[in-house]
Amino acid sequence: MLEFLYLIPLFPLLGVVLNTFVLRGQPEKLVGGVAAAMVGASFVVAAGAFFQLLGMPAESRHFEQELFRWIVVGNFSAQAGFLADQLSMIMMLVVTGVSFLIHVYSIGYMHGDAGFRKFFIYLNLFVFFMLLLVMGSNYLVMFVGWEGVGLCSYLLIGFWFTDELKASAGKKAFIMNRIGDFGFLLAIFLLWTTFGTINFREIEPMAQAYPVGAGVITAICLLLFMGATGKSAQLPLYTWLPDAMAGPTPVSALIHAATMVTAGVYMVVRSNFLFSLSPMAMDVVAWVGGITALFAATIGLVQTDIKKVLAYSTVSQLGYMFLACGVGAYTAAVFHLMTHAFFKGLLFLGSGSVIHGMSDEQDIRFMGGLKDKMPTTYKTFLVGTLAIAGIPGLAGFFSKDEILWKTFESHNYALWAIGATAAFCTAFYMFRLLFLTFFGKFRGSKAQEHHVHESPKLMTIPLIVLAVLSVLGGYVGVPHALGGHNNFHEWLLPILSETGEHAGAHHGVPTAEYVLMAVSVLIALIGIFVAKSWYLGKSSLVESLGKSGTRNLLYNKYWVDQIYDTMISQPLVKLSEIFARYVDQGTVDGSVNGLGATVSGIGGIVRKVQTGVTQNYAVIMSLGVVLLLGTLLWSVLG
Amino acid sequence: MLLTLCIAIPALTSLLMLALPRTSVGLLRGVALAGSLATFAVSLAILAGFQVGEAGYQMVEKLPWIPSIGAEWHLGVDGISLFLIVLTTLLTVLCILASWHSITDRVQEYFFFFLLLEAGMVGVFAAMDLFVFYVMWEVMLVPMFFLIGVWGGQRRLYATVKFFLFTMAGSVLMLVGVLYVYFHTVDPETGRHTFNLLLATEQSSYALDIQRWLFLAFGLAFAIKVPLFPLHTWLPDAHTEAPTAGSVILAGVLLKMGTYGFLRFCLPMFPEATLEFVPWISWLAIIGIIYGAMVAMVQKDMKKLVAYSSVAHLGFVMLGTFALNQQGLAGSLLQQINHGISTGALFLLVGVVYERRHTRLIADYGGIAKVMPVYAALFMIVALSSIGLPTTNGFVGEFLILIGTFASNTLYGVIATSGVILAAVYLLWMYQRVFYGELIHDENRKLKDITLFEAVPILVLIVLAIWIGVYPDPILTRIEPSLQLVLDHFQQGQFSQLQGVLP
Repeated sequence: MLEFLYLIPLFPLLGVVLNTFVLRGQPEKLVGGVAAAMVGASFVVAAGAFFQLLGMPAESRHFEQELFRWIVVGNFSAQAGFLADQLSMIMMLVVTGVSFLIHVYSIGYMHGDAGFRKFFIYLNLFVFFMLLLVMGSNYLVMFVGWEGVGLCSYLLIGFWFTDELKASAGKKAFIMNRIGDFGFLLAIFLLWTTFGTINFREIEPMAQAYPVGAGVITAICLLLFMGATGKSAQLPLYTWLPDAMAGPTPVSALIHAATMVTAGVYMVVRSNFLFSLSPMAMDVVAWVGGITALFAATIGLVQTDIKKVLAYSTVSQLGYMFLACGVGAYTAAVFHLMTHAFFKGLLFLGSGSVIHGMSDEQDIRFMGGLKDKMPTTYKTFLVGTLAIAGIPGLAGFFSKDEILWKTFESHNYALWAIGATAAFCTAFYMFRLLFLTFFGKFRGSKAQEHHVHESPKLMTIPLIVLAVLSVLGGYVGVPHALGGHNNFHEWLLPILSETGEHAGAHHGVPTAEYVLMAVSVLIALIGIFVAKSWYLGKSSLVESLGKSGTRNLLYNKYWVDQIYDTMISQPLVKLSEIFARYVDQGTVDGSVNGLGATVSGIGGIVRKVQTGVTQNYAVIMSLGVVLLLGTLLWSVLG
Repeated sequence: MLLTLCIAIPALTSLLMLALPRTSVGLLRGVALAGSLATFAVSLAILAGFQVGEAGYQMVEKLPWIPSIGAEWHLGVDGISLFLIVLTTLLTVLCILASWHSITDRVQEYFFFFLLLEAGMVGVFAAMDLFVFYVMWEVMLVPMFFLIGVWGGQRRLYATVKFFLFTMAGSVLMLVGVLYVYFHTVDPETGRHTFNLLLATEQSSYALDIQRWLFLAFGLAFAIKVPLFPLHTWLPDAHTEAPTAGSVILAGVLLKMGTYGFLRFCLPMFPEATLEFVPWISWLAIIGIIYGAMVAMVQKDMKKLVAYSSVAHLGFVMLGTFALNQQGLAGSLLQQINHGISTGALFLLVGVVYERRHTRLIADYGGIAKVMPVYAALFMIVALSSIGLPTTNGFVGEFLILIGTFASNTLYGVIATSGVILAAVYLLWMYQRVFYGELIHDENRKLKDITLFEAVPILVLIVLAIWIGVYPDPILTRIEPSLQLVLDHFQQGQFSQLQGVLP
């Protein structure tokens, strides 16, 4: 199957072409069905490739496929090529698998929308670019996917573009990402001037020649990470992601939770052979990740829009993944990336089901008691909530616990405390969300109450599949301390460079690991308990934290958007206006104003021309040309 | 013979225009289109016959012309001019299509000037003789003057005179430069002065202070055409007031005369002066990138916005040229073609709504994606190619320019790369204000979507934009050897500079 690697991104692209040109005016089922089938086909090929890799010896599990010369000038060369190895294989499976489920769900969710076909064109296009991102064999192909998914994100956030706010949110996402991309581009330039190549597998051995702490490597890593903070919504470039919730909910699930936003984590892990050479860059990654995890979680505590809570939760969980990368626990980062794709995808689709059933209501203050009205949605949502809260036995427990343990183990106690606090917040805000949405009395309008219904099968089946994955997904990485073999870790180990993560199998009595595990479970339980005592059955406490200053600060998201607006956006526009009005038309053009008199003089000539003597000029002009050609002819003959 | 045909066909068709009855508008249009199509076909034959991997001039034609002064009808094509010629002939065809319905006044004169302009443009790119080059350069100026002055918008007089004065100022200086070079170039066969470009380049070992003056004499004319900040102020007016097709040609081809001039004359003939001027030109180019983008951002008129975006784009092109390495030069040359495609398409698109509403003000639109969905989609794709999104042409060009610049000077590279952010800001913001939101103006409710006839030229450009974005190799392999030749020459220049230092 590996020789058919190129088919994996090609199928979704074919879907784009079919839906754009061939399936105009066809019924929804066909349009959506073709789009979903294309992604399904990609998944099948990816699975085949996976099993083929699995059958190979661990150290030779990689396959590079070069398609054509893309940009080759002088000693710069970027081929259009793909790489299948342990890391990209996991990403391909997660991307195509989750995308397929969300495509199916979307057929139900987008039913009746005027832009149904357009939606699936964008969605297929997104999968295509996402696959380029994870499959590219060099940084430039990765960058193509990187920018491409950004484009699709922009188009899909502003999908309902007649709403000015939604359109603005799309633009904001695009521009914030571009700020990060500025760093990514510079990183590519620096990689090339340093190594003379931008191919992953060519750089890796060369990087080993650099000493730990080499300045140029640190610079490359920090620039790459700048790109990651944009795409993966970390401090300080995270503000676009909560706004991105303006897009249709399946988009929030696919792009803004499960796949695209994890691209930064993938990029850092892909570049682990560089990061591991730079302790300083690693510290930056760990601290930015840790602080973002807590910062976003605190905002999530008081949000009232169901999707905003999940959005801040996503920012926070992505922070965990970077924290893992920063402490060198790359496999834990990828593990959490995968389990998060399952449970956060599930939670978003669940919220979509709720919004669908509640006639487009998104404010949890006006929900409540949906447990019995939407049983499948409730049950699956509960599984997702338990998974993200870190309850033992579910996927989120294994992956999050591994991150916290590795943080502690690497002696980053302060970061561990930050991560643990964020875990408390996570358990709290998720159960607050669960209780306010599904428990208690219904607080919406009569019309909504009358209309509430469980979603159709097309939507609930993907929920069930993701719920199963949110439980079972964790068992590929059961730690040794719990008697597992952490197969996930073993699988990924070969892609980590020598200086990277060392084998985690410390045999001996893992007492500390047990204690920490117990602590994090306890923290989660306390969070759930607090949420329960504040919100369950007490509808008066919906506005729980009262009108305190803290609540205001959190509810207004620390005023970061306003600060950016007054500090950056407005001055930029002001300055531009000064340039346009005074500098360009004043000073620069003014210096030419001396010509003004001449202008009016020549103006007279032109006026004459306009009053009908154009033809005279034309004749004179043509005479000139005739003269020119005549002389030529004369010279030839003579 | 092909190159002469490429100039003669449009020139003769333009004369034919005058012979046709001025009232049979359909016939005039048809003949003009046929002429431009024939020219385009010839340029494709040139493209097909071009030998890949060869650095020097090909298909050279050399006929005596005015022997008394040593001027020859000397034409040729190399990797540098090849695609600029094809771009010129293609854009002319598309422009004639775009003028089909929109030009109803003085159709005869319009096409006369337009085809004459084409002949001049091809001539500039194909000239291997400084005399031919200068004549063609001037031939171009006059039709453009009339195209803006007669068929332009409300402030066309001001705009066209400004355009004329700026360009004339440059031309006069260049004439001095051309004459100086002429009097210092001798044809070894005849022993007399010659305008032969090859010989002029070969024999160009001027003292540094002379090089400086010559660089300035040529360079100022080119910098005005580019336009390089702060010589750009003629451009927004000319672009805005010109008829749609005029703007397309102005942005698509005429600006490239400047960047082409630097590449063809200044770099090979005055290498040491070029080295000296690198910081000056690079900084002006960088200012152009940032400043152009910022001023574009706050424009209220769509055409003006696109015009200022050209200032930013051409800043990239200049920066790439003066990076003086292969990536920078290749990116710069490719971006010249890309800019012709993307900005040409943007002007065509603005022209479509202008024809319907007779306003170019952004505030007069809003929410029109709802009534013009196909138009909105095409506009989005073109805007993305102008922004330089990967898989479009703009990305390949900008990337090569930036990586080349970064390699030759990190600071320039870093600052210029930040311009990539601003490009997204001004275009997406305009797009949002024009296409998204509710339909606020009743006049826009009945806007008809783009017709197939209007869409064809834009679709052609979009196909090219994506082709170049995905598979630029056929272009890169053709332009690279010729650019290497410029660089080789250049390193000789650096060498002789070193020699000059030695006793």
